Amino acid sequence: MKEQDLIQPFTPWQDTTRGGNIYGSGSSKYYRTGGWRVDTPQFEAARCVNCMRCFLLCPDGSIALEDGQVTGIHYDYCKGCGICSEVCNAGAIHMMSRQEESAHGSER
Amino acid sequence: MAYNMKNTVQKPERLSPGHRMCAGCAAPVVVRTVLRALEEGDEAVITSATGCLEVSTFIYPYTSWKDSFIHSAFENASATTAGIEAAYRYKKKMGLLEKDYKFITFGGDGGTYDIGLQSLSGAMERGHDMVYVCYDNGAYMNTGIQRSSATPRYADTTTTPSGTQSLGKGQPRKDITGIMAAHRIPYTAQSALTANMKDLYEKSQKAIYTQGPAFLNVLAPCPRGWRYDTPKLLEISKIAVDTCYWPLFEVEGGVYTLNYQPKNKRPISDWLEIQGRFRHILKKPEIVEEIQKEVDERWKELLKLSGN
Amino acid sequence: MAVRDKRSGNEAVGIAMRQMNPGVVAAFPITPSTEVPQYFSGYAANGEVDTEFVPVESEHSAMSACIGASYAGVRAMTATSSNGLALMWEMLYIASSDRLPIVMAVVNRALSGPISIHNDHADSMGARDAGWVQLYGENNQEAYDNEIMAVCVAEHPDVELPVMNCYDGFITSHSVENIELLEDDAVRDFVGEYRPGHHLLNPGAPMSAGPLDMPGYYFEHKRSQAEGMICAKKVILETADRFYELTGRRYGLFEAYQMDDAEMAVILIGSSAGTAKEAVKRLRREGVKAGLIKIRVFRPFPAEEIKEALKGLRAVAVMDKSEGFSTHGGPLFHEVSSALYYGDKDLLLCSYIYGLGGRDVRVEDILQVFKSLSDDIARGSAEPYCRYLGVTDKEKEEAADGI
Repeated sequence: MKEQDLIQPFTPWQDTTRGGNIYGSGSSKYYRTGGWRVDTPQFEAARCVNCMRCFLLCPDGSIALEDGQVTGIHYDYCKGCGICSEVCNAGAIHMMSRQEESAHGSER
Repeated sequence: MAYNMKNTVQKPERLSPGHRMCAGCAAPVVVRTVLRALEEGDEAVITSATGCLEVSTFIYPYTSWKDSFIHSAFENASATTAGIEAAYRYKKKMGLLEKDYKFITFGGDGGTYDIGLQSLSGAMERGHDMVYVCYDNGAYMNTGIQRSSATPRYADTTTTPSGTQSLGKGQPRKDITGIMAAHRIPYTAQSALTANMKDLYEKSQKAIYTQGPAFLNVLAPCPRGWRYDTPKLLEISKIAVDTCYWPLFEVEGGVYTLNYQPKNKRPISDWLEIQGRFRHILKKPEIVEEIQKEVDERWKELLKLSGN
Repeated sequence: MAVRDKRSGNEAVGIAMRQMNPGVVAAFPITPSTEVPQYFSGYAANGEVDTEFVPVESEHSAMSACIGASYAGVRAMTATSSNGLALMWEMLYIASSDRLPIVMAVVNRALSGPISIHNDHADSMGARDAGWVQLYGENNQEAYDNEIMAVCVAEHPDVELPVMNCYDGFITSHSVENIELLEDDAVRDFVGEYRPGHHLLNPGAPMSAGPLDMPGYYFEHKRSQAEGMICAKKVILETADRFYELTGRRYGLFEAYQMDDAEMAVILIGSSAGTAKEAVKRLRREGVKAGLIKIRVFRPFPAEEIKEALKGLRAVAVMDKSEGFSTHGGPLFHEVSSALYYGDKDLLLCSYIYGLGGRDVRVEDILQVFKSLSDDIARGSAEPYCRYLGVTDKEKEEAADGI
């Protein structure tokens, strides 16, 4: 399903899907919840031991993996709940506050 | 098959991000884990009762579901799945469908313990090949934290507020897992989120790949309703298990198995203190003691049932 | 080749369901519709159908299971009555908004309370705005025929809406009458195979059903649903034409009996039409220009056609077997009077509530209605236009006749 195929609000009734069905899957990937975030996780690859806790416990599927290695954060979706940072025993994820972010800039 | 966490995380994600559950909500973590237990390439139909999960994962035209998904109403998720599963059996019988499908139904505690109990009980009793997963956050969170029969005694909710003449909810929590076990279905289990997710993953796998109905009750902490800080998801889950407020166990063919016995059973005050919904009773030792007694009694019962 | 037989209304509908051999039937017992799933489960038990029969734990779950099954891409059917239909209420709206072609026999029975197992139309009339096509039959033959035609209407791509096949509890459901049944093959050919384009069990092509709509979408989805109902009228008539070719039995939106030169008429629904026809016959023998309109299709309501049919009449009684508590007439009366707003303003129109909870309706009662219409014509007024027929009323001696 492509982003441009999403049915827009106030689309004429003739062009909406009957019953509000959506044919296809996973279209919420086009809805970016990253804007909800207050604090932002900063990932430090060097410290990561790939225990996968952050990945397993992320409510938003926002821990990026490549070949079974954590590679970073999907900032398009991360809501900044801080679970990943809290469960990381290796200190590889640090939550940066808005103030810190504006003072020092962030990875994002 | 031994749990290989490193392999399981590489399976394709079946719940898309971009859903609108609150930051720190446990329910999507439960969903991600349960769906990860599906074999790669296996087809599934997911049903959801009305609730937080449903209204956040399918807001037209944004669906977070990668498998076929259906929501119809609050109290009827099990009956809806029952109809799909019956249609599936018909199609298989008639040679109209080659692929195998699995049927997984999600409901919150309101949709499971309360309004959906009849439909759930009916579907389980009739033996449909389906898994029902309750993500239990202990209140009607979607409508704003009203008490349900899953709400623990003394919790402050918006319909059992603590006040000068009230200490919050007056009644103990309903034992839904016991009720489902009493249906004598092939598989019933209670689980929680753990650091390596082994418990929930393995129980999901068993539930999905056991022929016939299966029921999972998973503790799903709600930062908003329980009033704790969002990062504390794992900690609060662990305390629930270590205080024996939320034991991990399974029932197969009538046989109870305790999956985890804490070396040091923590006092229930650890569980109460971390949540704002119990703040009003923390300075009442007799109430805390009463809660401890209830937890101890239930734990003792479970030890007996599981032959410990 | 048709088969002449003697069957009750419920058995005839059960036979129609067997002949159509749906994918799933989910049902719960309630008098007087219980026999339908009872007959059907017998067919399933003896391998006469391929259907998965799901004996659910409530009517709410019956409709929920039908919704699930229909979304899974198979024909789904059920039957209910009265409080059973009331318990389904929530799901009726969802089935129609989901555009699912579920077919349900509604064996009309009074709603509680007090409990009455007998016939009136309170159940399906209460559900009239649920977005279902509603067909009403007068007798066993019509119940059987409508059950078959219902499937074609429901599944038509221009409609895609659930259909209620309504017929009167006990009077039609349990009376054994002569009936012409079709051969199994003829029925199967008539309804054809059901192969929806999208459904839940389509490997590699998942879909999501049952969303939350924000205000930018909900209205358009409802308008689209209304279009299905608008198109239903044409499809009902086309289906009736095809059915006529097969059986020689002619169906329309309503049956007009002795209406060509009628000066006054009654309009009603269901089995009372048989009684009313007898009354009309008697009056015609006496030279009174009486007529009858028997509604077959209540949703969509044939407003335009009714308006046409009533042209030139002087007085009409609209008879409802349902008390809508509006205090100004029953539901059918409202439909007819609103249709006439754009029609003949001189017509004297009145509402009768009658036959609630199985109160007997005799030929004499209908003759009484026509007598009142004559009086209305003579005095040039239909006031008071809200009337009851057959209720025992301290203030009205004439009503006591109707007990």
